[in-house]
Amino acid sequence: MIFAGILAGGVGSRMNIADMPKQFLDLGGRPIVIHTLEKFLLNERIDEIYVGVHPSWLTHMESLVEKYIRIKRECVHIVEGGTDRNSTIMNIVDAIEAKHGSSEEHYIITHDSVRPFLTSRIINDNIDAVLKYKACDTVIPATDTIVVSEDGESISKIPVRDKMYQGQTPQSFQITLLRRLYEELNEAERGILTDACKIAVVRDHPVYLVQGEPSNMKLTTISDYNVAQAMVGGNFID
Amino acid sequence: MINYIYQLVAPGAFAIKYEEMDFGKDVVIKPRYMAICHADQRYYLGLRDQQVLNKKLPMALIHECCGEIVYDPSGTYGVGEKVALIPNVKGCEDPVIFENYASDARFLSSGSDGFLREYINLPVDRVVPCGKLSPKLAAVTEFVSVAAHSVRRFSVVSHERRDTIAVWGDGSLAFVMANILRLEFPESKIVVIGKNSRKLSYFSFIDETILADFIPDTFSCDHAFECCGGEGSYYAIEDIIRYIRPQGSVMLMGVSENRVAINTRDILEKGLTFVGSSRSGREDFEKAVACMQDRKFQKRLELIVYEDEKVNSVGDLHRVFQTDAQTPFKTVFEWGL
Repeated sequence: MIFAGILAGGVGSRMNIADMPKQFLDLGGRPIVIHTLEKFLLNERIDEIYVGVHPSWLTHMESLVEKYIRIKRECVHIVEGGTDRNSTIMNIVDAIEAKHGSSEEHYIITHDSVRPFLTSRIINDNIDAVLKYKACDTVIPATDTIVVSEDGESISKIPVRDKMYQGQTPQSFQITLLRRLYEELNEAERGILTDACKIAVVRDHPVYLVQGEPSNMKLTTISDYNVAQAMVGGNFID
Repeated sequence: MINYIYQLVAPGAFAIKYEEMDFGKDVVIKPRYMAICHADQRYYLGLRDQQVLNKKLPMALIHECCGEIVYDPSGTYGVGEKVALIPNVKGCEDPVIFENYASDARFLSSGSDGFLREYINLPVDRVVPCGKLSPKLAAVTEFVSVAAHSVRRFSVVSHERRDTIAVWGDGSLAFVMANILRLEFPESKIVVIGKNSRKLSYFSFIDETILADFIPDTFSCDHAFECCGGEGSYYAIEDIIRYIRPQGSVMLMGVSENRVAINTRDILEKGLTFVGSSRSGREDFEKAVACMQDRKFQKRLELIVYEDEKVNSVGDLHRVFQTDAQTPFKTVFEWGL
């Protein structure tokens, strides 16, 4: 089976416009997380969708699903998020395996709830890649030159830009592989390795690249949010 | 959901419009295969009048498309059901006027966004199930429906002596038109008159092909279908008027950017009927799907449908338009966006 895991566990808002976590802010008349959820619901290859939400916002998320979701509502499951990104993913994995058991044939497409401009092409490419390679990451080529500074004051090195990519999501995994890699980490590593693909990379497991889109941006700051609203022709809230 | 709409903003230039899409009364379709029409190509290449381009662009092109239902609140169609999409947006119900000629009707990809979208929402009566038809062929259902519409009107307006029906033109429209005439009027002699002998060689299923520059003086027909359009319209109409028998019906189907001078004296003398036929409605789509169930019809259609590589990016979109400009008949492609 193929599952989607939407990561909506954050509680912070760097938007300075609301106390509400940014995945619940309005974009074009609907909450950002709903836009993201609907993209997965329309994909017929996805069997079920799990949304990891901070415990304080579980009821709110349930209400949003009740209010906005018109299709395949029975396929949407809301679970408690963890303390960080990976623990939220593992909570989702636990919920999936509690219901469907463990299987080499189970795959998860994890995605940031605050990337509502995801496309069906990216979802399908993730599914194709994870079925073939067991792990994949969505990236776009870096357009700016990447500068590395070890001390934050001067340049240590400037890598060749052609080999640099910016990571997006989805990040997709065979679930048994993801669980095995995660359980091999000690507490210290879990604190450092906040990116799910990095867990695979440090264990030398190949992670296939899927072409993302510049528009599949993460809505993190107020300016991201303004750009997103301009993209969908919405009203600015500033 | 935020939907991606791939609009032509200027000849040869696409840009993405992001549009909030609600799940209301409409069905939602995931487009799977599309075909390029001459009208799309004229926009893409900038061959329309500049004032028309200024008025219509930005706009998503493509009005020939098939896809799968992903949401239908009416319960008419099941999720995954394969359908052909009707680009004509109906105006008010009119018992006299066909839906495709209604003054308040709209046409997607001519003034409104066409089907180059990630997902498409349409009223439930704007999709027609196409069953097990291959998506490559289902993509050209709209094209076939235009010919089906013309035959429907022809059947009503033309007198019943239909011993010889001639089609002027040797392109895709003439090919489909001749195919439907062959199906609908098996007793009639079907003749195709064209300029290109290589293209005419595809018309193996009709009774006779004639090169336009060498039409015998003895040739005549009861009725005629003009499927040339463009610069060829003038010469085709001129020939039709010369060779058609009295009181014949002439179905005009080719689009011309220019005004065409016609020999009205001989039209009057022969008492001819000229009928403009363009686009199609739901009934014509259903007829087209029915015709396309015929195995021979399918095989012939496959000869003129060239499938280009799948479209996974805007760069691929440019590629299919460039391919289409270099292929003699129809170009279809799988839609991966």
